[in-house]
Order: sequence, then structure tokens, then C-alpha cells
Amino acid sequence: MGRAIAALIARDLRLAVRAGGGGGMAVFFFLITVSVVAVGVGPNLSLLAQIAPGILWVALLLSSLLTLERLFQADLEDGTLDLLAMGPLPLEAIAAAKAFSHWLTTGLPLLVAAPLLGLLLNLPVNVFPPLILSMAIGTPALSFLGAIGAALTVGVRRGGLLASLLVVPFYVPVLIFGVGAADEAISGAPPGVMLQALSLLGAVTLASLVIGPVAAAAGLRAALK
Amino acid sequence: MAPPAARMMTLRAADLACIRGGRLVYEGLSFEVASGEALVLVGPNGAGKSSLLRQIAGLVERAAGDLTLEGGKEDTPVGEQAHYLGHLDALKPAFSVEETLRFWAAFLDGPGGGALDVLPALDAVRLGDLADLSVAYLSAGQRKRLALARLLVAPRPLWLLDEPSVALDKASTAILAELMEAHMALGGLIVAATHLELGLKRQLTLDLSPRRQVA
Amino acid sequence: MLTASQRLQAFANPTRFMALSGRLVAPLGVLTAAVMAVGLYFALFASPPDYQQGETVRIMYIHVPSAWLSLFVYSVMAVASGVALVFRHPIADVCAKAAAPIGAAFTFLALVTGSLWGEPMWGTWWVWDARLTSVLILFFIYLGYMALRATIDDPHAATRPAAVLALVGFVNVPIIHYSVNWWNTLHQPASVFRIDGPTVASSMLVPLMTLAVGFTLFFVVMLLVRMRAEVLRRRVRAMSLRRAEG
Repeated sequence: MGRAIAALIARDLRLAVRAGGGGGMAVFFFLITVSVVAVGVGPNLSLLAQIAPGILWVALLLSSLLTLERLFQADLEDGTLDLLAMGPLPLEAIAAAKAFSHWLTTGLPLLVAAPLLGLLLNLPVNVFPPLILSMAIGTPALSFLGAIGAALTVGVRRGGLLASLLVVPFYVPVLIFGVGAADEAISGAPPGVMLQALSLLGAVTLASLVIGPVAAAAGLRAALK
Repeated sequence: MAPPAARMMTLRAADLACIRGGRLVYEGLSFEVASGEALVLVGPNGAGKSSLLRQIAGLVERAAGDLTLEGGKEDTPVGEQAHYLGHLDALKPAFSVEETLRFWAAFLDGPGGGALDVLPALDAVRLGDLADLSVAYLSAGQRKRLALARLLVAPRPLWLLDEPSVALDKASTAILAELMEAHMALGGLIVAATHLELGLKRQLTLDLSPRRQVA
Repeated sequence: MLTASQRLQAFANPTRFMALSGRLVAPLGVLTAAVMAVGLYFALFASPPDYQQGETVRIMYIHVPSAWLSLFVYSVMAVASGVALVFRHPIADVCAKAAAPIGAAFTFLALVTGSLWGEPMWGTWWVWDARLTSVLILFFIYLGYMALRATIDDPHAATRPAAVLALVGFVNVPIIHYSVNWWNTLHQPASVFRIDGPTVASSMLVPLMTLAVGFTLFFVVMLLVRMRAEVLRRRVRAMSLRRAEG
């Protein structure tokens, strides 16, 4: 069973690297969204510094959404999902493996790009650690919750847009606690308050690691039958 | 190729019914296939050949009836003891021929072993020379043969084949028949839907034509 | 049946290009290294530090040629795309495709050096200065072009969409630049800092110009190498297709 999971994750990573889209495209979208917001808000650096955590988190969230559509759809369209479902793994494990691959190929690159984009927005130096930490804790939730939307819309034409609409409400707690941790640092609150936001974020992520695969597997089952 | 299972197995379907999109496709369907036998499904389009295969594979819900693989693994669904070769070939253009098969070997290989290694399996479907080639460059017939090779790298007693000879030329159809005979000789079971003659030495036939509607 | 000219375009052209470029790469590479060495010597050792900026002014010698090249490479790409679109010239298509990542790299270099230069000047790594913002958007156009190329597997199917995008970008770059200028002056009436203009001393002009020539030569060498690689890649692809058939 471990071998099957490893094979599936390795396959998804290789596909993501070879197909060239995926993570690279998400990082590009992240960069362009942050830039467009800055152009919209204006080049006032002190204003940008104030709202930087919010901009970065929202842009990261949108970039992550962008790549959800193909999470299961490509495998459904070419019949791979049928064969995966007939394999030794329960669909829950398949959904979890694919969500994890999604995080590795999308969440992680976005996380790496975030400090660079922080520079673009004049993010104060002391806010970098809590912001990046909050993203490291929160991005897995984006992939695992996103898997639900991707699975529910897997057989739907233009499913990506619909998946975004379904998933964004579930992203709200991640956004609140994620931005919260960084905002506490900006306003100079004591570390205790920040830790509270981070631990709440961690709780949301842990919950999503369970809810995501279970709900996604139910969605996939409905699409297969 | 070692036998998928030394003991005798019987796939037994009793009173199967299938409803697709609110339409009753078939009901009261019963049949048996034993080790070393091939059951060929015939009937016009829409008679439910593909649905029956997917039902056995566990990919389509059973509206009624029972399906068991006697002599197989008790706690494992029938679908997990079966290979399914459908219209979609589940091939990724980003992978090479060999990589494709290596993935399926690693993913499907349960305990028990007895399957072919990747390269001998490619030789068996006459794709050995193209192992390093990208799947993107394969012709329709080559893709079908690669999909067929998947059945050889993981041992599963039951083969479910949906129009396996489509897109295959005469020589490739002969390879297919040869592989099916070999599978049965080792105690495997086959259920296949086809319009074309597969060239098997002996086969059972199940006609899914909806006769009742004619009368 | 293919016409004679179609045959020529499909086969003779790349073959002649491969022969010619194969002879050019090595001598051009040596020349590039020599010009770059001279330019870097002037830039790093034989020119005085700026009386205001001190040693950081030396970033300019990399920054300014990179910025020029970012626009120059795009122009090359646009012309090649035009030729590829109108005359269906396969080498022009290869040229446009091969130029894009080099142009993106120069643009990225211009952005990074601009940011490194800005830190001591403005006390921050980035300002949404009109110039930096325009270059950033140019970088996005490069990335978009490369993403489009990467998404379409068949190089022949990619020719037209990629060429159209490159040309639309070419028309749009001045418009973007103008709009960004307008946007920036709207927010910041006083321009912070201007790097060009007649005030550059001749002691700086020599290394700057030498390096600009060196960068351009470097671009030409890289372009030839990448074009050769792309021609070979297409041949491998054609051979793989034949192998699958045969």
C-alpha cells in the first residue's frame, strides 16, 4: 500500500514537472496578481506595507485555486481514475496523495515565492517570519480543501470556475488566521497573540487534512458511478 | 508467467440489474465463468456490454443482484481482483512507454507476485523496441498494445476487456488472442465485449440483446 | 504534394542554418568573452566610483545593458515572429522561441540589479517607479509567451499563436510604458531618480558601452546555441514519430 502511494505521488510530481504548467503557472499568477494589486492601489510604499499580508495571502489563495481544475479531471478524462479506483488504495488515500502532490507542486513553490513578493510590497522585515510561517502552516489546507471542490466538479464542463466558487468559502478561516498572524506582527502585538492565530490556523489545516480526502473521495465516487 | 492463482475460481453473477441515467439497461442477468474460460458478450450497441464490464469492475453500481468471485480473495472486492481494459487507455503523453508501465507495476502490484517484469511485458506486446519512446508519439494500435501490457505486469485473475481488438491490425489481434489464451491456460478468467472475432479456441457467449422488447 | 518552396523551407533551410551557425558559434563566443572581459575590467577597476553613490554605481554597468537587452531581445523576437507569421519561415519561428528565455533572463537581471541598486539609494528593495514597473510588466509578457510555448506540444501548431502574442506585445509595450508613466506621475509628482541623460561622465560611458556591446554579443551567441538546440529537438521529435511508425 505504501508502495502504491509512493508510486502515485512520484507520478504526479513527474507529470507536474514535465507538463510545465502547474506550479510554475501558479507562481507566475501569484506574481502578476500582486503586481496588479500594487498598480491598482498605487505606489505608496507605506500603504502597501500596511496591506501587504492581506494582498499576499489573497493572491496566494487565488493562485492555488487556479491549478485545482486539473487535479482529478485529467485522470478522469483519460480513464486513469477508473484504474486507480480499481487499485489497492481506497479513494480517500488516492485523494490525499493527489492533494499532497498538489501542495508539493503548487503550495510549496508559492511559499518560496512569497518572500520575494514581500519585497515588492515593502513588507516590514519583522513581518516576514510570521507571514511565511503562517503560509507554511496554511497552504496544505488550501490543497486539501481545494481537492473537495476539484472532486465535486470533476465531471463538469468549465468545472474550474465552479470549483473556485465552491471552495473559496472554506478558505476564509485560513485567510483570517493566516493574515491575522502577520497583522499582529505589524501592529507590534506581543508574540502570544500571534501564536494564538498560528495555532488556530494549524487546527484548521489539521481538520482539512481529514475532511479533504474523505469528502473528495465521496465526490470522486459519485463521478465514477 | 506464473499462475495468477493455483486454485479454481468462479465468477458468479446472479440476477444482476443495471440502471443508467434512469434507463433500465438489463435485469435478471445471471452467468458463470470459471478458471480457464472466456465469456464473450455480444449484442447491439446500448445492450449494456460496457455497463456490465464496468459493473463487474466495480465502476458502475449494481441496481440489484450479486456478484462474487468464488475461490478469490474473500475480503477484496471483485474489482480489485480484475484488470479492466476499456475504451480509454489511461496513457499520459508526458511519459515514456517504459515509465508508463513501471508506474502501473508499482501501483497495482499487490502481494502474491507472479507477474511479468516491465520489459518482458513490453516484449510480449511487441513494444520492446519502443520502450524509451514518449507515449505521445504512439499510434492508436501501439497505444492499445501498451494498455494491454498493463494486464501483464500485475497479477489479477479476472480480465475485463471492452472491445480489446479495436484499432489492432491482424498481427496485433493475434498477439491479443495469444495473451488471452495464455492467461486462461494459467487459470485466469476473461469477460470480453466485442464485435469482432477474437480467434479464441473456445469461448462461452452471452447475448445481451433485449429480446423481450422485440416480442 | 508539397511545392518546391515548401520543401525548401522544411528541410534545406534548417540544414543551411545548422552548417552556418556551427561555424559561427565558437569564434563569436571567443569574441564575446574578450569584449566582456575588457568591459568588466573598465567597469570594476578602471572607472572611478561615483561621488554621490560610491561603489554601488558599478551595478549600473550590469543593470543598464540588461535593461537595453530586455527591449532589444523583444524587438528581435517580434521581428522574427512577424517573419514566421507572414513567410512561414521555420528558422524565424525557431529564432523567436529561442530568444524568449534569453530576453526574460535579461529582464530578470535588470529587475534584480535595479532592486539591488535601489536598496542603498532608496532604502527599500523595490519602488513602484515607472521604469521598474514597465520592466516588470515586460517580464510578465516574456513569461506569458514562454508559458504559451510550453503548453503547446507540437512546435508547428505553436508558431501562429506564439507569433500573434509576441506581436501584440510589441504593439502594447509602448502603450504600457506610457500608461505606467502616467500612473506613476499621478501618484508621485517628483521623479525620484533618473539614471540616463547627458550627465553620465565619459569615464562611465566607456565601460557602459563596452558592456552593452558584450551583452549583445553574448545574446547572439546564446541565441545561436539555443536555436541549434531547438532545430535538433525538432529533428529528434520528427525521428521519434518516424520510429513509432516504422
